Amino acid sequence: MKREMTGAKMVVQALRDQGVDTVFGYPGGAVLPIYDEVFQQNDIRHILVRHEQGAVHAAEGYARSTGRPGVVLVTSGPGATNAVTGLTDALMDSIPIVVLSGQVPTFMIGSDAFQEADTVGITRPCTKHNWLVKDTDRLPVVIHEAFHVATAGRPGPVLIDIPKDVQFATGTYSGPKAMQTHYQPAVKGDAQEITELVAAMEKARRPIFYTGGGVINSGPAASQLLRELVDATGFPITSTLMGLGAYPASGENWLGMLGMHGLYEANMAMHDCDLMIAIGARFDDRITGRIDAFSPKSRKAHIDIDPSSINKVVKTDIPIVGDVAHVLEDMLKIWKARGRKTEAEAVRKWQDQIGVWRKTNCLNYRNTDKTIQPQYALQRLEALTRERDRYVCTEVGQHQMWAAQFMGFEEPNRWMTSGGLGTMGYGFPASIGVQVAHPDALVINVAGDASWLMNMQEMGTAAQYRLPVKQFILNNERLGMVRQWQELLHGSRYSHSWSESLPDFVKLAEAFGARGILCTDPAQLDDAIREMIEHDGPVILDCVVEKHANCFPMIPSGKAHNEMLLGEAKTEGAIEAGGAVLV
Amino acid sequence: MSALHIKRGATSHSAYNLRPTFSDVEERHTLAVLVENEPGVLARVIGLFSGRGYNIESLTVAEVDHTGHLSRITIVTVGTPQVIEQIKAQLGRIVPVHEVHDLTVEGASVERELAMLKVVGTGDKRVEALRLADIFRASVVDSTLSSFVFEITGAPDKIDAFADLMRPLGLSEIARTGVAALLRGD
Repeated sequence: MKREMTGAKMVVQALRDQGVDTVFGYPGGAVLPIYDEVFQQNDIRHILVRHEQGAVHAAEGYARSTGRPGVVLVTSGPGATNAVTGLTDALMDSIPIVVLSGQVPTFMIGSDAFQEADTVGITRPCTKHNWLVKDTDRLPVVIHEAFHVATAGRPGPVLIDIPKDVQFATGTYSGPKAMQTHYQPAVKGDAQEITELVAAMEKARRPIFYTGGGVINSGPAASQLLRELVDATGFPITSTLMGLGAYPASGENWLGMLGMHGLYEANMAMHDCDLMIAIGARFDDRITGRIDAFSPKSRKAHIDIDPSSINKVVKTDIPIVGDVAHVLEDMLKIWKARGRKTEAEAVRKWQDQIGVWRKTNCLNYRNTDKTIQPQYALQRLEALTRERDRYVCTEVGQHQMWAAQFMGFEEPNRWMTSGGLGTMGYGFPASIGVQVAHPDALVINVAGDASWLMNMQEMGTAAQYRLPVKQFILNNERLGMVRQWQELLHGSRYSHSWSESLPDFVKLAEAFGARGILCTDPAQLDDAIREMIEHDGPVILDCVVEKHANCFPMIPSGKAHNEMLLGEAKTEGAIEAGGAVLV
Repeated sequence: MSALHIKRGATSHSAYNLRPTFSDVEERHTLAVLVENEPGVLARVIGLFSGRGYNIESLTVAEVDHTGHLSRITIVTVGTPQVIEQIKAQLGRIVPVHEVHDLTVEGASVERELAMLKVVGTGDKRVEALRLADIFRASVVDSTLSSFVFEITGAPDKIDAFADLMRPLGLSEIARTGVAALLRGD
């Protein structure tokens, strides 16, 4: 099907043909023709954000919770530069995002025109790929290719920069089928390597699955196959922050999250295992701790769709390049065909050993009835929302780690958090994106006071679209994680890590026509959480918590998995000079 | 690991893995990267090297297939085996990159570079420069009464050697193209 139309019309038509139902954006001079087309149709819903960073994070929330690419529309210059943090966040966490940015007309490019920026230059290192379209006929082809690139292989953000004259000019529209690309990452893993892994699984005495966001990115089938494989083999499983929900938190082989603030039993099992099966995880420094002491006795298999993830940080013995779902399917098939063998007796003993570690009860904390402990707040939030159709976002910091520790995820795509980039200000706009995609679900953003303020302007968006997002702010009047590091590393000199002049969050909510709830008393917490859930509209719950709580357990920088700090008593001098230079 | 362990999976473009991946020894590798000739593709490749802290010793680029719009980038880089493997994998990830070849491990290859050297001088030095140029099969592409511009083609170390000899004879300027390389045989 070929039709003549303007570039601006092509944008809307191409989005329609890609099955896009929602765009997050903010208008401006260089995208006016596209906004004019958006105005004249009803197939695609446009959500007006209050800042372009919010648009990208909202699109990320949409993408992470649906598995479909999130779409963003911004203007040239500041519109595009404001999107950069969101693009980088999506690149680090492998989230498919398509950003359409306006650009000054082609004949003005390079003249330092009003609101001109070298958008493709600026976003080149923070996108999977980007394009500047100088010819209207190329526009639909590029948009279709962009959706393909964003979603194929390891997903990621892409950007299409569209000069204003290209939007006005008329060209020939071509549909998604006309798209030609050589970019076709392999999804099938090498059968020989998979067989080698299965053979290693059959002989493993202390195996562990170490899974990550790649399982979730691979789609629901991957999580299903993972569950089947884990339950059939009886091997214990741990996950990164990004992978929570791929295997259910209630599953019997679940160890909890691993890494810097992961569970004691998960990290000890990683350290002592003899076979590590990494699936869609990338050996991030938050996971490995000290590299030369990382799981020293294990053979390591690594399944990843991105060849550059393999051997990047940790030497892999069995590398398998492929899509998680495809590889897991083959693994199961081969393992079953070879007789479903495991060293069952040894694995049982290994599970017993893990049970001993589990008894450490590493998430233990001292509760009081005077002030709300942040851990207690999350335990109550978990207890009161677990049974609901629930999605959880977070900002970045202590509250994020506590949420990962104390909340249980039974399904993939239910947990939206900024893992790789650690973007404060991510959670609130992300919760908006999730709520737009799932209007009837309970969407909670677990936040800290400092993070939440970073994108608080999105209250306007939540109010405008009556999105009943629940902002659960653990308010300690501090930059809690910074404060914790200053206590452990910098002689308790709390340089600029407290929140002076915080707003009255209740009044702030009310100023936007939303509900504000203040809670300072542990005895009232359940009622406050219930009120937050029941209110049909956006809510800020200002949960005033203990100001000096630290997040444990913790692997100090520069230490190994088996050198975890379990609580306040043992932290003095825990981080040495070598560790202090690490982040 | 046996000497001819055929490597599977990790980096599909290199056929043989003759080295321990996590050795500390730095190696010099010549990579040939076939890319779509689209705007910004060279910036992507260079940005990858600068952004991730890799070395570029030499880089050449030119379109080699006009109808297919393909350019060939030849990069000489130095790094530990792990870094070299990473560079290849990272290059392979760039969307307009079609192929990545490590000429250093894929088999014997020929490397050539073209250089032009301006040598200024008179008398004996001028005669000596001309004599050495003849030995190196360098040709004179410009001459005045007090200068020559020599053109020389060869492996980079041959050009180094020629330049070293010209230096005391009045070498005033040198322009080098960087390395172009092809695998030997068919």
